Amino acid sequence: MAGPLRTAEPSAPPPAPGGRRGGLSGYLLLLPGGVWLALFFVVPTATLVATSLYDPSGSLQLGYRMTGHVQNYADSLQDYAPQLVRSFVYAGTATLACVVLGFPLAYAIAFKAGRWKNLMLVAVIAPFFTSFLVRTLSWQYILGDNEALVSFLRAVRVLGEDGHLLATPFAVVTGLTYNFLPFMVLPLYASLEKIDHRFLEAAADLYSSPFTAFRTVTLPLAMPGLVAGTLLTFIPSAGDYINSELLGNPQTRMVGNEIQDLFAAGDYPTASALSVTLMAAIVLLVFVYVRRSGTEELV
Amino acid sequence: MSTATATARRTGRGSGRGAGRGPGRWLADHLVLVLGLLVLVYMTVPVLVVMLMSFNDPASRNSYSFDGFTLANWTDVCGPYQLCESLVTSLQIGLLATLGATLLGTLMAFAMVRHRFRGRSAANLLIFLPMATPEVVMGSSLLALFVNVGVAGFLGFWTILVAHVLFCLSFVVVTVKARLAGLDPRLEQAAMDLYANEWQTFWRISFPLVFPGILGAALLSFSLSFDDFIITNLNAGQEVTFPMFVWGAAQRGIPPQINVVGTIMFLVAMSVVLVGELGSRRRAGR
Repeated sequence: MAGPLRTAEPSAPPPAPGGRRGGLSGYLLLLPGGVWLALFFVVPTATLVATSLYDPSGSLQLGYRMTGHVQNYADSLQDYAPQLVRSFVYAGTATLACVVLGFPLAYAIAFKAGRWKNLMLVAVIAPFFTSFLVRTLSWQYILGDNEALVSFLRAVRVLGEDGHLLATPFAVVTGLTYNFLPFMVLPLYASLEKIDHRFLEAAADLYSSPFTAFRTVTLPLAMPGLVAGTLLTFIPSAGDYINSELLGNPQTRMVGNEIQDLFAAGDYPTASALSVTLMAAIVLLVFVYVRRSGTEELV
Repeated sequence: MSTATATARRTGRGSGRGAGRGPGRWLADHLVLVLGLLVLVYMTVPVLVVMLMSFNDPASRNSYSFDGFTLANWTDVCGPYQLCESLVTSLQIGLLATLGATLLGTLMAFAMVRHRFRGRSAANLLIFLPMATPEVVMGSSLLALFVNVGVAGFLGFWTILVAHVLFCLSFVVVTVKARLAGLDPRLEQAAMDLYANEWQTFWRISFPLVFPGILGAALLSFSLSFDDFIITNLNAGQEVTFPMFVWGAAQRGIPPQINVVGTIMFLVAMSVVLVGELGSRRRAGR
């Protein structure tokens, strides 16, 4: 999963043997996939922006008129700002939780697992082997009011007498964290695994404490994996509505829930405006984040 | 060499900071491992719950609890209305999307790694962007397109297929590219030097060497397609895929059979991985 971000940087092409690999055959190979991406990714994105500017009084049956109705954005923000903010808060919290949980796991696999390394890696991707929705639904059971976890937490007074976990923001963030944690662990592992142990030995030889060695050697070298991992968990979490719908309550609705429902209800201009806003906000956040983390060459 | 440095480090630290760090260091080492294993438990428990619930005999439609043991779900997987129909739909879409995306993506990967041309970085960006787009945005863009070109009434199997090829495509390019980039171009040059033409070089040298990457990309595509809900749900019309069946069922009371399907999927995927691992070990052993 580290692949998408790391290999996206233009790798220098190997020397073209015999001059046979000119531009033309390259374009021919690129053509079918490129047309697909242009027709079904670039054109739709432009269409989405256009649709967000349609006159909202139209409908699917009567047809829409293009009126450059920028007001759609103001309206959708006015109605759905809380959901938008909530999406970013939940996604941010889940991403942070993924870092906190994913780092020890990736570190353990890279440095401490020994011959169990492959088994642990398979265990990391194992959740992918069953359906996303089915395994998200299983959290309804784990966090359920009558099950062991809630009973235990009530017994030790972490939860009140009638406290519960399911249908709370905690459940939504737990589900998001669970669902996207492998996307954090795998790139982190890929970065950590490549670290030359001699760097750490050199640090120790120069009287650095293990903590200093970790902070000044391991962490900077793990940064590419950390940045890739945060993007791969944050972006899908911010757009997700499955966890919020299955594990949350009406007060935990995220922007994805609203976009889906607006489309289902046929309010295309508002839904499109909200969708464009989500994408713009994500692009902006990612841009600032990648800038600040100093790993621009990643994207 | 590593023993020597390790000893040097130990004595260095021992003299510099005093004794008693040994057990602390041991605990620190194993603390990370223990924490890592706890996180793995967190990642594994839901799958175990799915397996457990496949034997559940729920007391009511809305029961989330394990109420009793039964084998009935396993003997009557197709019992719930539309469950198996949706599975067949998902399999068909998964296979066709895998075929399409793997073909288009492999060609693109070859172009990106083996050919020089203008506009490489634009092509790279075009391949990267779909992976960085949230599903709900990608799904709604496609829906906006379909509605604007007037096929809103024809949403279904084919529009789902178009969407699935789209979001699998970038992952195929990236996977195959990674494999190709690790391949020594001199192998192909050697074949050409020995008077193989381009066609022979491709089929006898490049393709067999890249094949594991293509296979991996195909498996990834299939699992992405089979599992997708958000994009599919926006572009499906009246068609019902397996994830959409689960979604619908979740609103009405969940039939325990979906856990049987989840368990079977898990076991099948696990066998594929194990067979692949054994195969590569045997090849490495030879």
